Amino acid sequence: MGHDTLTTVGDPAEPAGDRLARPLPAWLGRPGPTSWHRLNPLTKLTIAVVTSIQAVLLGGIVGPSMVLLLAVVLPAVRTGVGRQVIRTSLLLALPLAISASLVNLFFLPDAPTTLFELGPFRATEEGARFALEIVIRVVAIAGALTLFYITTRTSDLVVDLERRGMSPRLTFVVGSAVTMVPQMVDRASAIAAAQRARGLDTEGSPWRRMRGVLPLVGPTIMGALNEVEERTLALEARGFTRPGRRTLLWSPSDPAYERLVRWSLVLTIPVVVIVRAGGWGLP
Amino acid sequence: MIHLEGVGYRYAGAPRPSVLGLDLELRDGEVVGVVGAAEAGKTTLCLLVAGLAPRAIRGELRGTVRIDDEDVGPWPMHRLAEVVGSMSQDPSRQLSGVNGSVFEEVCFGPMNLGMPRAEIVDRAWWALDALRITDLAERDPARLSGGQMQLVALAGLLAIRPRHLVLDEPTAQLDPAGTRLVGDALQRLASDGASILIAEQKTDLLARIADRVVVLDEGRIAMEGLTDTVLADPSIETLGIPLPLMVVLRRAVADAGIDARVLDVVET
Repeated sequence: MGHDTLTTVGDPAEPAGDRLARPLPAWLGRPGPTSWHRLNPLTKLTIAVVTSIQAVLLGGIVGPSMVLLLAVVLPAVRTGVGRQVIRTSLLLALPLAISASLVNLFFLPDAPTTLFELGPFRATEEGARFALEIVIRVVAIAGALTLFYITTRTSDLVVDLERRGMSPRLTFVVGSAVTMVPQMVDRASAIAAAQRARGLDTEGSPWRRMRGVLPLVGPTIMGALNEVEERTLALEARGFTRPGRRTLLWSPSDPAYERLVRWSLVLTIPVVVIVRAGGWGLP
Repeated sequence: MIHLEGVGYRYAGAPRPSVLGLDLELRDGEVVGVVGAAEAGKTTLCLLVAGLAPRAIRGELRGTVRIDDEDVGPWPMHRLAEVVGSMSQDPSRQLSGVNGSVFEEVCFGPMNLGMPRAEIVDRAWWALDALRITDLAERDPARLSGGQMQLVALAGLLAIRPRHLVLDEPTAQLDPAGTRLVGDALQRLASDGASILIAEQKTDLLARIADRVVVLDEGRIAMEGLTDTVLADPSIETLGIPLPLMVVLRRAVADAGIDARVLDVVET
């Protein structure tokens, strides 16, 4: 089936020659609640990826902070998911941010300016500044990916990528990767509940909580691996390995201006690379 | 028609075969129930008939599996999927995991097979109607109860409308009402000419829908025959298979010296 026979959001008319005896559900492909939600999934993915790359490419503190503010915080707040995005991205960034801060604060080589000393360790001003740069970058990357994840349905992304000609297997891998995190969290929660019912102590001091995590790791990972095998069987049994194109029921809209936005965003990457290579940049 | 001739299967690395010497025929429009204790070989038989073993699960196959007199050994999996639909015990692992709604999940199989869009939509609504889960169409499949997932997984299979169905405990997580719905849907499919192999612990369900029952014991067929005959045979209890409630009642009524015809009223 060609692309022109698909129903896209905002184009509810049935394609000629493909009359449906019973209709597609009205909610299938229903536009999202905000203009950000309504963006094409590939546009949102492009924004997330370009934001992440720019947060790394732009040196210093101001550049990544601007990226964080303009591409993550403002859209998240306008979309009504500000609190959720900030909380989730801080949680995601926290482990890396803490370790990067400690290492750079105390162990950055050739850093002359001492801030304070803690026993044998010396915290430096240069280390603190570099640690701050890393933390902002990590938060920007986590925020960009979280905003994409929260405002995009996995199935919309999968359908859109497949409509563009990506192989169903590859789109399935992308879709599975996106849904993997919540599925792992659900599985870990179920295993934790089962372990608690058998007397495992996961409450109390941080040490106790750490000890409680260990019995969850094995079953969670082994369960996930086992599930991959069974899911593969189920997919095989539903004809997923059939060669050729799958039929798509609908696809998200993709107006011309969004294509322009995507290409413009991608072009900012070589521009920033050239600017940085030329020795220019923000503090 | 599906025909198994001297089929045996040993999983890779296993010391002995899980099933051996199986001869079985599954005629069009026939429902065949498979019962047996744990590790009797029910799941392996289902995997073999569905073609998943040895294609997706490595092992050594002996004998032949034929569909309409054609050896399916060389068939690619997607060709088999169009003819034989199969479902395993755990419904959560039957779902694709990438579809945002039950409706899309039910459409997944027909979409994979490249069917026309109108037909896919029609089949999906039909399958949802058949299992009376139309009200779940908009729901996220990952957020359903086990029983609901099982119905959705089965609806996804029904939407493909394969000529043969292989179901491994399809009602394991269903309550009596859900089990009855599944039974009704399977009977409708069988009356349309589909052949159905169903491994099931619920002998009450088999007593209602199966034409024949095969009893497996340690990988071999221990008994095979008409449902009423096999499920009324007291020796199946020694193989760890529960007798259907009606058989137990009939026995109790007979032992009490009451006219067994009173149970005909209960049965109807």
